Amino acid sequence: MSPTDSEPQSGSETRTESGASRERGDDACEDPAVDAVAGNDDALDAEEMVADTDRASRAVTGHGRKGRVAAEGGASSGARGASPDHRSDGGASSGTSGTSSELRADGGSVSEFEQMAEVSLTEHERRRQWFDEKLLAPARIVWNDWRARFGFFVVTFYLLMGTVGPLVVTQPKPNQGDYLIGAFRTMDHPFGTTASGTDILSQIVHATPSMLIMITAGAVFTVFLGTTIGTLAGYKGGRLDSVLMTITDVMMTIPGLPLTIVLAAALRIDGNPAVIGILITINAWAGLARAIRSQVLTLRDAEYVEASRIMGIPTPKIIGSDIIPNLMPYITMNFVRQARAVIFGSVGLYFLGVLPYNSVNWGVMMNAAVNRAGATSSPAAFHWLLVPMLTIILLALGLTLLAQGADRVFNPRVRARHAKSVEGGGDEESTTTGGI
Amino acid sequence: MSYVLKRIGQSLLTIFVVVSASFGLIRLLPGGPLDYLRAQAIQQGGSDMTMAEINQRIAAQTNIAVNEPIYVQYVDYMGAILQGDFGQSIWYEEPVTSIIGPAIPWTVFLTASALFLAFTVGVSLGAIMAYREGSKFDVGSTGVGLVLNSTPGYVVALLFVAFLSYRYGFFPTGGRYASELTPGFNVPFLLSVLHHGALPIASMSIVGFGGWALSMRGNSIRVLGEDYLRVARLRGLSTRRIALRYVARNAILPMYTGLMIAIGTVFGGAVIIENIFAYPGVGFYLIQGINARDYPLMMGGFILITVAMVIGITIADLTYGILDPRAKGGASRESY
Repeated sequence: MSPTDSEPQSGSETRTESGASRERGDDACEDPAVDAVAGNDDALDAEEMVADTDRASRAVTGHGRKGRVAAEGGASSGARGASPDHRSDGGASSGTSGTSSELRADGGSVSEFEQMAEVSLTEHERRRQWFDEKLLAPARIVWNDWRARFGFFVVTFYLLMGTVGPLVVTQPKPNQGDYLIGAFRTMDHPFGTTASGTDILSQIVHATPSMLIMITAGAVFTVFLGTTIGTLAGYKGGRLDSVLMTITDVMMTIPGLPLTIVLAAALRIDGNPAVIGILITINAWAGLARAIRSQVLTLRDAEYVEASRIMGIPTPKIIGSDIIPNLMPYITMNFVRQARAVIFGSVGLYFLGVLPYNSVNWGVMMNAAVNRAGATSSPAAFHWLLVPMLTIILLALGLTLLAQGADRVFNPRVRARHAKSVEGGGDEESTTTGGI
Repeated sequence: MSYVLKRIGQSLLTIFVVVSASFGLIRLLPGGPLDYLRAQAIQQGGSDMTMAEINQRIAAQTNIAVNEPIYVQYVDYMGAILQGDFGQSIWYEEPVTSIIGPAIPWTVFLTASALFLAFTVGVSLGAIMAYREGSKFDVGSTGVGLVLNSTPGYVVALLFVAFLSYRYGFFPTGGRYASELTPGFNVPFLLSVLHHGALPIASMSIVGFGGWALSMRGNSIRVLGEDYLRVARLRGLSTRRIALRYVARNAILPMYTGLMIAIGTVFGGAVIIENIFAYPGVGFYLIQGINARDYPLMMGGFILITVAMVIGITIADLTYGILDPRAKGGASRESY
């Protein structure tokens, strides 16, 4: 029971965070104490905000600019990704980032729709800028935050363990060494051996690929279904909404793990890890769909979505380019959260011995340790139980920290601060350190 | 009022769907439970058992009379469940209701205490962390909360069993209470119940409170920056009143829906925890039923866990209005 699995609260957190920090920014005579309390390095600073409003007041409002980007680019979906909250990033994320810098410089004398860009970018510059914004900036963000960096390393390590690991480490088989060697006793078997002399390290490594497949399958299934149903219900509304939400509510109130156990027993499935992954998250999509729907309800009436509707852009395209990009941070966080839930659920159920399997598995190892060697009652076999448990905790911790990092990566203000080629990226530093 | 009715209707719908699904799983799947039961009956009864006898036996076990048309089977099954008849356990050779019925209060005892403990401790800790944001206490607690949040409950349970029960013998390794005691409201019995329940409750709540603390911390920090809080301070309200009525109330509200999802997680997690501690609750019997291929016991356990959870969630949802007066309207409200 980990309440952070309760998606909605963190969702509202991210949403309200930007709202709250905006309010702080507008409030000129801010009490420094309150500011410190509310200080979150993701949140924008008051000065930054003031600078932004200043720019905007030079006749280039967020909305106006958006309209212009659309007009200049000639692209029907020019407003993409530019929610009013994310004004400074609006131009950048819609791919016509070159325009956003000129727009500010030219003042408000000419009608917004007649303006031409004064500076043109070469193909090479464009590519370099894209590379900087899309790849380097996220990398810098991850690198600058030790938690995200730790999470990134851990997850990469497990990915390597799942792909390269089985090629490097020998296949686990009985009688690789003496029975029940403790952990860290010999160099041959760093994590010790099982009651049948199987090397624990090689078991852990060879269990990784199927675990990774299981995690990916479960997380992709949940996120895909949850996002699709949530967006559809929220955007369409009406009868479709109430039908979908009734189904969702029913699914949500069925306890997940018992449902998985019963289905696994009745359906006689084989041990395919992808199937198991989906089975474990069988009704997890419901919670996500609920949360996504409530976010879509607020986005549905946003000005830029309304604009797209008036322009006659088909609904799937509006959902794809106006709605979903705004939900990406939330969706990514949930992907990672679901991944963690799959690990917890699958290992727990394998430990109970109620899921079919066709290869070694961390949960199966724990089951064997307890049932065959009595790892809970005899200290000699305890390492057999401890090593898989630590493996799970480390991976879960890595995923949690990576999710926090992902939150920062998707925060357009944090990203803009780290993208060197975006205008304002450089002087951001000076404004933030300027002090009140 | 209409919201209350709608909510209760939805809960009934959920239970209806679950019971129907359990009928479908037992009856309709080829090579599923029913075929298994038939094979088992033939094996045990030998060749002198007629088909009618076998069918009768299956009907007694699962409430499904195989020779009737399918809709009759369905109506009979639903009717039997409504009357609280979940069939006959194959393994225990007793009605499922008389096995799982007495187990329900124990599961509810474990889950409710664990949830309550995790929530209150987490919320208090999170509030303190928010007030002392940036201090060593805050940084340390955040780290601990993150690690605990990344630990599954059964890992803690296994560590508890290994060290506190087996190695040092502080706690019993299984059961609901010491077997020589007579159940009732006497002190030794209640103490024994607490002694046996302590570790399961602790292992479920320890992994939970970190997450609550982190969300409470985040919410409180956000509330502390709100304008209405400055107004409250300027009005000269007491710190205590501000902390409880303004900060705590508004910070807890967004977590309330999380509480409902947590009810589900706790009930699911209890299945694993009860088995580790050999604690005869509903989850314990559910797994027993699966391991013994005792389908009536398994399905009865599943349906009753769902009912318990649906009741819990409905109560939590209906009391939301007490905490948040804005939710009274109901219709426009967005939960979850």
